Amino acid sequence: MSFEPRIVGFLCNWCSYTGADLAGTARMKYPPNVLPIRVMCSGRVDPGFILDAFRNGADGVLVCGCHPGDCHYVEGNYKCLRRIPLTKKILQGMGIPPERLRLEWVSASEGALFQEVITEFTAQIQALGPMHLTDWAFDPDAAEHEPVGAGKE
Amino acid sequence: MAKPKLAIYWASSCGGCDIAILDIEDKILDVAAFFDVCFWPCATDFKYDDVRKMADKSITLTLFNGAIRSSENYEIAKLLRQKSVVLCAFGGCASEGGIPGLANFYDKKSIMEYAYVLSPSVEANGHVIPQPETEVKEGKLEIPYLWNTVRSLRQVVDVDYIIPGCPPQSDQIAAVVAAVIDILQNGKPLPPKGTVLGASEKSCCDDCPRQRNIKKIKQFKRPFESVTDPDLCLMEQGIVCMGPATRAGCGAKCVKAGVPCRGCYGLPANCRDQGAKMASAIASVIDSTDPKEIDHIISGIADPLGTFYRFSLADSMLRRVQS
Repeated sequence: MSFEPRIVGFLCNWCSYTGADLAGTARMKYPPNVLPIRVMCSGRVDPGFILDAFRNGADGVLVCGCHPGDCHYVEGNYKCLRRIPLTKKILQGMGIPPERLRLEWVSASEGALFQEVITEFTAQIQALGPMHLTDWAFDPDAAEHEPVGAGKE
Repeated sequence: MAKPKLAIYWASSCGGCDIAILDIEDKILDVAAFFDVCFWPCATDFKYDDVRKMADKSITLTLFNGAIRSSENYEIAKLLRQKSVVLCAFGGCASEGGIPGLANFYDKKSIMEYAYVLSPSVEANGHVIPQPETEVKEGKLEIPYLWNTVRSLRQVVDVDYIIPGCPPQSDQIAAVVAAVIDILQNGKPLPPKGTVLGASEKSCCDDCPRQRNIKKIKQFKRPFESVTDPDLCLMEQGIVCMGPATRAGCGAKCVKAGVPCRGCYGLPANCRDQGAKMASAIASVIDSTDPKEIDHIISGIADPLGTFYRFSLADSMLRRVQS
């Protein structure tokens, strides 16, 4: 069975979510691997959301917002533009390939672009393969026996 | 009436928290007068067996400092939880993993390999990696073993209160001790479980006396690379200061001395991840809308991961990739 990645997509309410809607109403086909989460603005996407998505098993995270200059809140997408590279550096430090996080600008009229982005990103994550993060959640039984299966957690 | 019992323990820590307790100066005499110090490895000679023999819940208050990263740390954490009425995570390591938590960038195998084989200070023929069990002619010797992951105290046992700081400031410790004595003497109700003691709900910036304007940063500098204005916000001067993502409680001591905040009081209230909060804050004040220039400005932040998560990696949302 081929690997079906789990991708979390943060879509801004004003442009990208509407763009995704357009792709849907226009019956454009794209892989079903992205779980869309509607946020009011790409500037609302705190780096913590992205880390949380990865911790909870996402293989990739996509953030979509209005094109630069088009933000409903004037400069929210610029904040996002600056947060993403910094978040990528943090991910890289933990051994997570930065390509697993992607920022794209998709306007409300760009259903076709949304389709293209999802198709391409899904293929890219598929090529990267599943991500296995160390589970730090504490399991008392595993801790007791840690030396036996050293490194198994 | 018998005095209430007090236990102070260090797990994976540097000992600074114990020193900070002694730094409350003459008030330590109040502690000694009011409490019966029943266990304090740093200062008094008690054995683990003495604690094992105590009745459950017979220790009124335990101040537990240090992270949990070995079988011994965990065993004593469980033991003290069982024997204590109130268990306090004392200091940055116990509450968020602290400096030892930085080991979570790597797994145990690579840490052991570096420390005992690859490090330049290891003798060429050394290469001896400690084993938890050793056979000698008298029998089998056992030492505690390291965990693959460093955890904070509250990740492994139920913790009643948290006293953050690396170390907690002495005036805050004195205030907490006075409050505890007051509660015990006058039968006052305890604060709700999970309360952060000896710190405020706000961020370190709230205590900072430096002048703040609108921040627009074109270049980040390390502290030694510039002479800073003593009255102006350090962040505005391009110095990475953890103030915005750090709990207030220290009285902004570092920034008053011209040194950027390192984030030792941990994450502020209503915040889940100190490093993510810091990344968010710092990205907001970068003065550029050009991706290339943004990359260049960000590359000026030396070791963002280690800086933003210096004290909170173990308790953060970050996870390393399995090796």
